[in-house]
Amino acid sequence: MLNKKTKNKSFIFFLFSLLLIIAVASSLKVLDDNVLYFFSPTEIKEKSNLNLNQKIRIGGMVKNQSIIVNNNEIKFIVTDFKNEIIVTYRGTVPNLFAEGKGVVAEGKLQDKKYFVAKRILAKHDENYMPPKNKKKLNDK
Amino acid sequence: MFNFLNIGNFFVLLNKVSKSIKIIFVPVIIISLVFALYLSPKDYIQGDTVRIMYVHVPSSWIALGCFSSISFLIILNFIFKIKNALIIFKSLAPIGLSFCLISIVTGSIWGQPTWGTFWAWDARLTSMLVLLFFYLLIIFSYKFIKDQNFSSKICAVISVFGLINLFIVKYSVDFWSTLHQPASVNIFGETSVHKSMLLPLSFMLLGFLLYCALIFLMKYRTEIIRMKKKGLKRL
Repeated sequence: MLNKKTKNKSFIFFLFSLLLIIAVASSLKVLDDNVLYFFSPTEIKEKSNLNLNQKIRIGGMVKNQSIIVNNNEIKFIVTDFKNEIIVTYRGTVPNLFAEGKGVVAEGKLQDKKYFVAKRILAKHDENYMPPKNKKKLNDK
Repeated sequence: MFNFLNIGNFFVLLNKVSKSIKIIFVPVIIISLVFALYLSPKDYIQGDTVRIMYVHVPSSWIALGCFSSISFLIILNFIFKIKNALIIFKSLAPIGLSFCLISIVTGSIWGQPTWGTFWAWDARLTSMLVLLFFYLLIIFSYKFIKDQNFSSKICAVISVFGLINLFIVKYSVDFWSTLHQPASVNIFGETSVHKSMLLPLSFMLLGFLLYCALIFLMKYRTEIIRMKKKGLKRL
């Protein structure tokens, strides 16, 4: 059914795509940390070559009842339910920034437990529902 | 072997299908827009901002789906030399490009009120931008390379790269930590969009798909007419 040229072509094609997939997969493996948009508190804790002067991003959940607003400085705890980092920030926060919601902070680490943020981004989850349903869920 | 892809059988159907789509497209898009922008409920946390989802999500799906079908057709054309596949992908590519652009622009408009930034270099957003560049590359390589054999080879190479990128776009939110939230609508898993929002979303998808089909058929016809006018490349 297939002539020789078609066979050759498909063989070359599959070989090429196989090589390419391997190449891309291995280069992504090498990039590793650079592909991550932010580090979780646990990853910060386990990181050995930490450069304190470098600007990094950390992310996680804002711990419940941890937001303290003091003049124009805001202080809260970012947690991934295993480890925690205290974050301080001066400036305005996005609308969706709230306790129990995801957050990404950009700034510098003072040490492994203390973070000074230059910018706060809110991370929202994949759940969409009308307000009534949220109430129902809370009542349960 | 690929008899259904024959131009002759295809061309007769085109006018009929195109006409009927024209009739249903306008009411469907009006109904789905009213549904999405007015009747659907607000989100419990995002409020009215969630309405951007009804444009953003379907256009992203179409951009991804379009690219996968384009690459499939290009590879088909490369291996089996099917001329019709060439015309179909030529008329699909601009649609995919425009929907990719719509997805990126609406996403960044959505990002400002929710995340607090228009753009972030996280894996999902960056790979989507790369997808846009792949669309441009494919369009340029069939527009500007005169030699048909050479351009089909180049397109095949680009489409393999693009397919790998497509895989990265889809699974970037699961593999790495990104600012973009993971997928809400899953075919095999649990869908975390409430029913009252899922209905307008699927209506919008239907409207967009009809629009795509309409534009595709128009473009397909012009491509065929253009080829016949040239008279050199016989189908």
